Amino acid sequence: MAVKHFHHALKIRTETCFGCTHCMKVCPTEAIRIRNGKAIIQENRCVDCGECFKACPVKAIYIDQDDFERIKAFDYRIALLPAVFTGQFSRRYNREQIYSAIEATGFTHICEVEQSSELLAEQINKYAESNPAKKPLISSFCPAIIRLIQVRFPSLVNNIMLLKPPLDITALYCRKKFTDEGVNPAKIGVFYITPCAAKIAAVKSPVGEDYSMITGVINMDFLYNRVYHHLKNDHPTETKTAGERPLTPASTRWTLTHGESDHFNGRSFAVDEIHNVIDFLEKVENDEIRNVDFLELRACDESCAGGALTSANRFLIVERLRNTKPADIKIVEPSKKTIDDYRSYLETRLAIQEIKPRPIMKLDDDMEEAMKKMDKVKELMNILPGTDCAVCGAPTCQSFAKDIVQGDADIRQCIFIQKSRENTGELALPDSLKLMKEIWGNEKF
Amino acid sequence: MLFEYSIKGGDFSTAGQASSRFKKVLQQLNVPPQTIKRIVIALYEAEVNIVAHAFEGTINIEVQPGYVVMTLTDKGPGIPDIEKAMEVGYSTASPKVREMGFGAGMGLSNIKNNADILEIQSKINQGTTLKITVNLNQENVIKE
Repeated sequence: MAVKHFHHALKIRTETCFGCTHCMKVCPTEAIRIRNGKAIIQENRCVDCGECFKACPVKAIYIDQDDFERIKAFDYRIALLPAVFTGQFSRRYNREQIYSAIEATGFTHICEVEQSSELLAEQINKYAESNPAKKPLISSFCPAIIRLIQVRFPSLVNNIMLLKPPLDITALYCRKKFTDEGVNPAKIGVFYITPCAAKIAAVKSPVGEDYSMITGVINMDFLYNRVYHHLKNDHPTETKTAGERPLTPASTRWTLTHGESDHFNGRSFAVDEIHNVIDFLEKVENDEIRNVDFLELRACDESCAGGALTSANRFLIVERLRNTKPADIKIVEPSKKTIDDYRSYLETRLAIQEIKPRPIMKLDDDMEEAMKKMDKVKELMNILPGTDCAVCGAPTCQSFAKDIVQGDADIRQCIFIQKSRENTGELALPDSLKLMKEIWGNEKF
Repeated sequence: MLFEYSIKGGDFSTAGQASSRFKKVLQQLNVPPQTIKRIVIALYEAEVNIVAHAFEGTINIEVQPGYVVMTLTDKGPGIPDIEKAMEVGYSTASPKVREMGFGAGMGLSNIKNNADILEIQSKINQGTTLKITVNLNQENVIKE
């Protein structure tokens, strides 16, 4: 049934998962079901937001990263580093020390992701001016939001601005700079240190791009542990490369809530946390919210500071990044060239392709068939208890009814229906127990 | 398929709920996204008009594979001059209603722009009936 659309970074460790339903209940696209006592993610519905990862009480959901040893295959091992990485550490450790510790883990260079944000801020304003029909313009920054719009708000896909996010612009710049310096492109490995699952999915199967400039992805918590170890034990002080030019305070804040919208010239909103975004987009889609020029939408609470893979408390990260002053940052190795020297090169390469909708709500491709199915769902909803107890293995009675109509579930999986049918003798106890075991596995009975 | 929603006049806090609920129906029926947008915008506008001007109203919607017909019937003051009411920016809304972000005029013209057929019948001091028809273009259906 499920058509595979793209790579997902969120995976389930079946040996750890015990089918507790926490993940299923928080999933904003109802992408999770329980079968044989384990959670299953439906690939065509998942938007990689990471809500399930955050909700899992036993860490049975993991984010599939690249093997760290892969960096060793390259002479130029570049860490594409988002500002939130530094924000995780207490101010006891300065930028130099942190960067030095990153180098100690095996990277040869550090490239700060947000250095392209100033260039992008300018281009977003220009793009908005030349595309008035796309109002409200929706930022392309958060990959989970792009995927959410594709599946849940298909009529808004045309509002997404078709400009690369800072990550891809900086990756492009990094490669170009080293290649210009005479480095063999095959020896350059660009590794993104990701705060979330969605960015991994975006790198592995880009939307609006044919391929990614990024070689691999390393989870932020993995590098955090290694770097923290160096900071505690080696007290590093010197760094070979600390980025050629430090980020401005505005660039440092780019991935925080309001980081983009603050630069926009028109009326803009910054909405974070995926359920808040859904509420807001419902109103935008209905045309209830009008005369808005720009929307900065982020899947995580407190934006990237609240990413599933950040280790420090998100409010502490925000505090450190907001309070970064230019004086805190020391230029360690002034390089010959900066991103400003590549402006025209990058500006002509900012465009991404059209983003296509992938609606998941439809009951059938054929409208007449969909109507029949909708009638059946309606009938089922009159019988089902409406408690959304999830004992059937689906998150809500409504989603269960749709699963039944699509042939993916059996109405007798509902515990209320089972009890009624046992009472009338229509269903024997051994049969109902078998049905329960199919959902919850044998161990629980 | 038939759908019915009832609307209470003056209840601005829940205005738009019928449109939101019907949007979910259209999404399940695989109506093309841009057509859904037109239907929902027209319906929302008409729904808010009942809330803003009438005492009460009913929305009856008929969905067929080729078209959607939305009939909004209200008990209310009626529209004295339909032609004038169709003009962009024309509004009889009270300042109070405008403060809430509603009643900026252009309601009917916006409905007309998004509908394929718009029929209006109105009787002073009795009420108004809007019949909005939108054709469902089957060519733009997204299939897998």
